[in-house]
Amino acid sequence: METKSNLYRKEKYYGYLFILAPVLGFLIFGLFPTLYSVYSSFTDMDGLGQMNWIGLENYTELFQDELFYKAMFNTLFMMIGIPIGLILALLLALGLNRGIWGTTAFRVIYYIPVISSLAAISILWQWAYNGDYGLVNQFLDLFGIEGPNWLADKYTVKPAIMLMAIWKGLGYTMLLYLAAIQSVPKDYYEAAELDGANSWQAFWNITWPMVRPVTFFLVVTNIIGGSQIFTEINIMTSTGGPEYSSASVVFYIWQKAFGNFQMGYASAMSVVLGLFIFIVTLIQFRLDKSSDNA
Amino acid sequence: MYTRNKRIGDIIIFIILAIGAIVMIAPLLWMVSTSVKDKMSVFALPPKWIPDPFVWGKYKEIWEAGPLLQGIENSVIIAVSVTIVGTFTSSLAAFAFAKLRIPGKNVIFLFLLSSLMIPYPSVMIPQFMMFSELGWIDTLKPLIVPGLFGNIVMIFFLRQYLSSVPDAIIEAAKIDGTSYFGIYGRIIFPLIKPAIAAQFILWFMGIWNDYLAPIIYLTSPEKQTLQLVIANFNAMYAIQTDYPLIMAASVIALLPMLIVFIIFQKQIIESVAISGVKG
Repeated sequence: METKSNLYRKEKYYGYLFILAPVLGFLIFGLFPTLYSVYSSFTDMDGLGQMNWIGLENYTELFQDELFYKAMFNTLFMMIGIPIGLILALLLALGLNRGIWGTTAFRVIYYIPVISSLAAISILWQWAYNGDYGLVNQFLDLFGIEGPNWLADKYTVKPAIMLMAIWKGLGYTMLLYLAAIQSVPKDYYEAAELDGANSWQAFWNITWPMVRPVTFFLVVTNIIGGSQIFTEINIMTSTGGPEYSSASVVFYIWQKAFGNFQMGYASAMSVVLGLFIFIVTLIQFRLDKSSDNA
Repeated sequence: MYTRNKRIGDIIIFIILAIGAIVMIAPLLWMVSTSVKDKMSVFALPPKWIPDPFVWGKYKEIWEAGPLLQGIENSVIIAVSVTIVGTFTSSLAAFAFAKLRIPGKNVIFLFLLSSLMIPYPSVMIPQFMMFSELGWIDTLKPLIVPGLFGNIVMIFFLRQYLSSVPDAIIEAAKIDGTSYFGIYGRIIFPLIKPAIAAQFILWFMGIWNDYLAPIIYLTSPEKQTLQLVIANFNAMYAIQTDYPLIMAASVIALLPMLIVFIIFQKQIIESVAISGVKG
């Protein structure tokens, strides 16, 4: 009995030792900065030593800041690409699921943009969107369409970046959908066929509900990722685009914090961004639960 | 009739998928094609896909046009040190979370998982202040040190993977008097190697391609990572419209991960697919 409790004590001791590093990492680089971020959002921290408590001033300023609204709008606007990407990827996955010739090759090719460096991809697409010599306008020219100078026009810069993001993420989304579709038991479809269901009914009543967890996962991760869009903006439109029409929230935070050293103000924005992500995730989980019960 | 319809359907879908595949790959081919053109034929209308003449010179020029080699070196230092140490700390923690009796471990685990909800932009300013306090700005340390403490995503998947390993193996080893480090090194690590390999590659790629954290910390050209170096190439040489040079540098930045992907594509694709189904 004595040895057993000794053994247990030793196990506990080693157990805590083994999880020590990630727990410390979480406290130092996750929890503490989060709390500090909230605290500094109530100050005029400038990164050079000044840090006075100014109450809600940053927040009242923020909600009158036109550029912040603009950055918020731009960020949300570019998220229109999320459902478009999901639908395209699901259709591609349904096609691949038929077991046609070349499935493996297609999976690999569609996945190449996913593993590619976002910086390099952004550089490439900036060139492809060039008004006179870019690949995109050359392609449109085949159909007699004269394309705009995509990144220099305030109406096309957001759709252009969105399109690139869809292109880059398509392979990943498709892969997850394909895996989900393939995990649906075959006899579901056989039973549906016996009951005289057509392929649309089979999709709507079997496939779609069965891939719902993946759709849910993708929506949540895409919103979390989409609300942090930065690299594309920074490289393709280094000033935030014509009339600031492509600047995202993170781009604006970055400019304020590390360009203007208004770190307190930038912290307030980062708190708003964090809350936004938290709320969206929460709503999604709620929705997912309630539709489970329905 | 039914099979004939299916065959026609298959052919149509194959064509659609093939067009899609061309759309996916064409910009990348165009990038390579641009990189071996001379400066003038870049502006040829209509554009030529196969350059005439072929000019490989840019692949020599890029090494002198900016600190590209230094950038590769910095990226390698960061990615290698983080992934090797971080994989060790992560797998050790995953072992403890999955197999050892520690009071409160599920609560602690949930706490760690909650960090996934904290966006990096929300913690980057305080982290920057911390590292600037330590005098680490414009060094590689802020990009290395946090990763050494492990990666919750990796812990999550390894823990998941370990739950299928029977406890009896570990109990037996304990009774034999094997130390806990011994159990980890001799039993657990070999068992979860395939899962570790996939997570390791994905993490390595993530660090290699990272942009936001490096741009915050690294200011002097010789300290920058590869991604920043090519972004600077883009900003500098676009004014001179030297697109072949920019594209050549970008191809170099893409190549390592592309090679890794092509070698390990089966493992990478499988582990990503599994992560989605489980997540």
